[in-house]
Amino acid sequence: MIRATLKSLAARKLRLAMSAFAIVLGVAFVAGSYVFTDTIDRTFDDIFGGLSSDVVVRPDLPGEADLFAGFATGTTTTIPSDLVDDVAALPGVERADGEVENQSFFVLDTDGDVMTTQGAPGIAVNYHDGANAAGEPVLALVDGELPTGPGQVALDDRTFDRSGYEIGDEVQFVSTGDEPRVSAELVGVVRFGESGSLAGASLSVFETRYAQELFLDGEDAYNRISVTAAGDASPEEVRDEISAMLPGDFEALTGADVDEETASAIEEGLGFFNTFLLVFAAIALFVGVFLILNTFSILVAQRSQEMALYRALGAGRRQVTRSVLLEAFIVGLVGSTLGLALGLGVAQLLKAVFGAFGLELAGGLVLQPRTVIVSYVVGVLVTMVAAFIPARRASRVPPVAAMRDDVGVASESSRRVSLWVGGGLTLLGAGAMALGLFGSVDDAALMVGAGIFAVFIGVALLAPVLAVPVLRVVAGWYPSAFGTVGRLARENALRNPRRTAATASALMIGMALVTAISIVGASANATVDRALDDGVRAQFVVSNAVGQPFSPAVAEQIGQVDGVDEVVSVRMSGGVVDGDQTFLQAFDPVAYSRAADLELVDGTDDLGPGQFLIGEDQAESKGLSVGDTLRLQLPGSDEDIELAGIYAQSPLLVGGVVVSQQTLADGAVPSLDTLLYVIAADGADLASVRAGLDEATADLPTVTVQDQEEYKESSRDQVNQLLYLVYALLGLAVLIAVLGIVNTLALSVMERTREVGLLRAVGLSRRQLRRTIRLESIAIAVLGAVLGVALGLLFGVSLQRAIADDGLEVLSVPGGQLVVFVVLAAVIGVLAAVWPARRAAKLDVLRAITTE
Amino acid sequence: MTTEPSSPRTAARAVDLTKIYGKDDTRVVALGGVTVEFAAGAYTAIMGPSGSGKSTLMHCMAALDSSTSGQVYIGDTDLSGLNDKELTRLRRDKIGFVFQAFNLIPTLTAKENITLPLDIAGKSVDKEWFDNVIATVGLGDRLGHKPNQLSGGQQQRVACARALVSKPEIIFADEPTGNLDSRSGTEVLSFLRRSVREFGQTIVMVTHDPNAAAYSDRVLFLADGQIVDEMSDPTAEKVLERMKGFDAVGQQA
Repeated sequence: MIRATLKSLAARKLRLAMSAFAIVLGVAFVAGSYVFTDTIDRTFDDIFGGLSSDVVVRPDLPGEADLFAGFATGTTTTIPSDLVDDVAALPGVERADGEVENQSFFVLDTDGDVMTTQGAPGIAVNYHDGANAAGEPVLALVDGELPTGPGQVALDDRTFDRSGYEIGDEVQFVSTGDEPRVSAELVGVVRFGESGSLAGASLSVFETRYAQELFLDGEDAYNRISVTAAGDASPEEVRDEISAMLPGDFEALTGADVDEETASAIEEGLGFFNTFLLVFAAIALFVGVFLILNTFSILVAQRSQEMALYRALGAGRRQVTRSVLLEAFIVGLVGSTLGLALGLGVAQLLKAVFGAFGLELAGGLVLQPRTVIVSYVVGVLVTMVAAFIPARRASRVPPVAAMRDDVGVASESSRRVSLWVGGGLTLLGAGAMALGLFGSVDDAALMVGAGIFAVFIGVALLAPVLAVPVLRVVAGWYPSAFGTVGRLARENALRNPRRTAATASALMIGMALVTAISIVGASANATVDRALDDGVRAQFVVSNAVGQPFSPAVAEQIGQVDGVDEVVSVRMSGGVVDGDQTFLQAFDPVAYSRAADLELVDGTDDLGPGQFLIGEDQAESKGLSVGDTLRLQLPGSDEDIELAGIYAQSPLLVGGVVVSQQTLADGAVPSLDTLLYVIAADGADLASVRAGLDEATADLPTVTVQDQEEYKESSRDQVNQLLYLVYALLGLAVLIAVLGIVNTLALSVMERTREVGLLRAVGLSRRQLRRTIRLESIAIAVLGAVLGVALGLLFGVSLQRAIADDGLEVLSVPGGQLVVFVVLAAVIGVLAAVWPARRAAKLDVLRAITTE
Repeated sequence: MTTEPSSPRTAARAVDLTKIYGKDDTRVVALGGVTVEFAAGAYTAIMGPSGSGKSTLMHCMAALDSSTSGQVYIGDTDLSGLNDKELTRLRRDKIGFVFQAFNLIPTLTAKENITLPLDIAGKSVDKEWFDNVIATVGLGDRLGHKPNQLSGGQQQRVACARALVSKPEIIFADEPTGNLDSRSGTEVLSFLRRSVREFGQTIVMVTHDPNAAAYSDRVLFLADGQIVDEMSDPTAEKVLERMKGFDAVGQQA
């Protein structure tokens, strides 16, 4: 039986190759995501491993390590220099080096452009020759000399290579300090660590005193102390020794702990990317299951006589089942292997793409045993599960079928079961969605999500039933438009609704996701538009493209532009409120309400230090009323704040906690602006105000001035960029679906060889034959698209409703886009038919008609 | 007999037609220079033992297969000069087919199957002629049925009706009764006979059944790729007798 299986497998290479391709794509995605993120992890482990000295002393911040780093603000709490001396004097300490560090000091290249990758920090440090925990220097001079006085800088070699500067040139910087533009003479080039890779960041090195002037207002203080342990004292002992003498607002950690913390914070930041890829791998596999299921179903149907012959010759039902499953196992194994190889290619490609954006990942790819195991388990398991149903069906072929001419293998009972299960799942899912939307459950979004998944599978099972009426509409006009060719195409599409539906289901899934995502995206854009239309009265907005905060000096300069009436600054920070990490906004509510929509429903907008505002909904859900207090922890403070007022829900503020800027400053959060609203004076000429603003910010490439329209546009761009990325990835699911259509058509054409021969004999031209197949393909594709868009509409609208309160208030259905999707599906149908149609047209008439 | 034996119009003819399969060692001569004419309005049967080339002759005549050398004419059209597109059109407009089995498109009704060549060509159906054909085949009440709802004999009669309805120059029938029981076979054969007598249709039929050949006006005997004999006004007995002779020759060789 095994030999027979292998032989029949070899005889169907092409068809199996196509179903194997689905596995290859799915597995490639899984393997690619793992390999890529492992490579990222390794890179960051390399960069941060062995970066710190034995022990690090730093201000003690509330919340997790990256809470404040996320806003690139850090803290203004510094370490006085006498504390460095005290630490150095401890018996277990060989040396203690005070470090000055700033994360928002960006190098401009000779063209005046910011050199770091979007979102990556511009790091500035003071130079000291203390070693890392391994006893090696962190920075090595590769050219020129180290900075020894004010106005001198050394750059890291990667930045230097791309900058266009020569040693001796004046390097331009943008800082968040009082002087937004700084320049310094380039005196040397240093190499960071072994590889020199900073993952997209830049590194500028200054002499200590000068660094203190630049970043600490000249105060003789530091942001951190690097401690080298004396003799054979362990880092842990030294840490404990230091901790015992540290004032309360500082902490001592071993360098290894700090390195791990830093690396994992960054990996977590990129972790979403991994999740993202894995989600699409799951979708690819899910769609692939349909393709595999369909291919095996058709193959089994075509082989039913062969199966029956085996049965007649005495093979047991089990043996037949096992033979199909063995086939699936082999296909899965081969597919997984190829998928793994392709996955490595995908990871290499992603690495190259990241490199092109300046985020170079040093070293080769990382292939962990886990990746290999998961790839094979997923690939083989999925294939075998998909083949199980056809395998069972195959075993039911009665031996007598071998003697009969045509065999109907599709058993009525399994069809009925799938209808019941499909209907049940659909109803269950719809119920869950309704409950999530209209009922009062805690996690509405989760409920809706689970409901959507159930409906998805349910409808896929119901598809054979749904297909018939939809096809009658989709292909109903074929005969009147294309005559006999159209009638043949329509009847062929309707001939085996189960097969057509399974083929269309793959496309349906892709289309439903694309539709749902496009509705969510359009709603997000519409929400932003409305928020800005209704909520923003300021004529101009000054911000940073990636949300990096900037110096308050910018606001001051802008305030002096002719025709500017008022500049309202908005600052943002993380904070720990009643134990939860929370996003804080800080502004003067009175000024803010002139620039944007802010309406108090209770309390006062006279917001003093130690007070806060909160949105209506949040106040209600937390049970807060004016006068209540919450505990707010900031880097430099830990105090109760009092609710001064409750504001009407507005999409711009998302109902969050608003404090005064003084509160942030008191909490040692650096005073940096995230957003400026610029209100023009009455009667001022907006064009000339604009020109003035542009001029005032001309030498600050990190800051952009936008009018309302541009600001909307750029918000929309951000949403759209994400959408396009999602579309690109969903394109993969669609590609698999296309393969499914190609596969089904090719197999159908093979099944109908004699029919094709007859049609050609009685005068159907090759072109007409191709058109017949093309029309059938379009019918399948449009069926998938129509079902998909319908489901996607349901899902998209439900999702929007479910998260309406979390900032997606406006529902927008991009009708034109949905029509485009359906039209695209028709084009997909045409493309999918190219190869099967050519194959069919090439069939020799005489041979086709005499085929047995 | 409705046709004039003297100078009848020729519906199709082959001149020195050869067909050779394979080459060198595997070379098989299926047709070794056959010259033959098929008179219009006549019912010709081609007989011969298996491997005699009778099917090949029909396939080449019917533009389903290309010849190695020699000419085939349908009416006045020389097939050797035609490309695939022209051959397709020729089959559609000038030739009717009845195959041994699988003559119908399973997704189309009997009526749609019958008008298929006309529909493909985009021609309108001559209603009177259609009704006439249907009446002759006796399928009036079965027109809306799909092929799988028809018996084998009915399916073959639908196929005959399809061949007739476009009024082709010539109909080629390849063992049309090969898959039928004798009663259904008789129905189909008498129908073909009637279409020659009543409509003046030209029919060329390949068969190995002497009873079927007896329905024809003229029988051609093929052996080893050559026409070795012909017989006018055949009867089953005479044909059988002649065939026995071939078997003997075949055995001697």
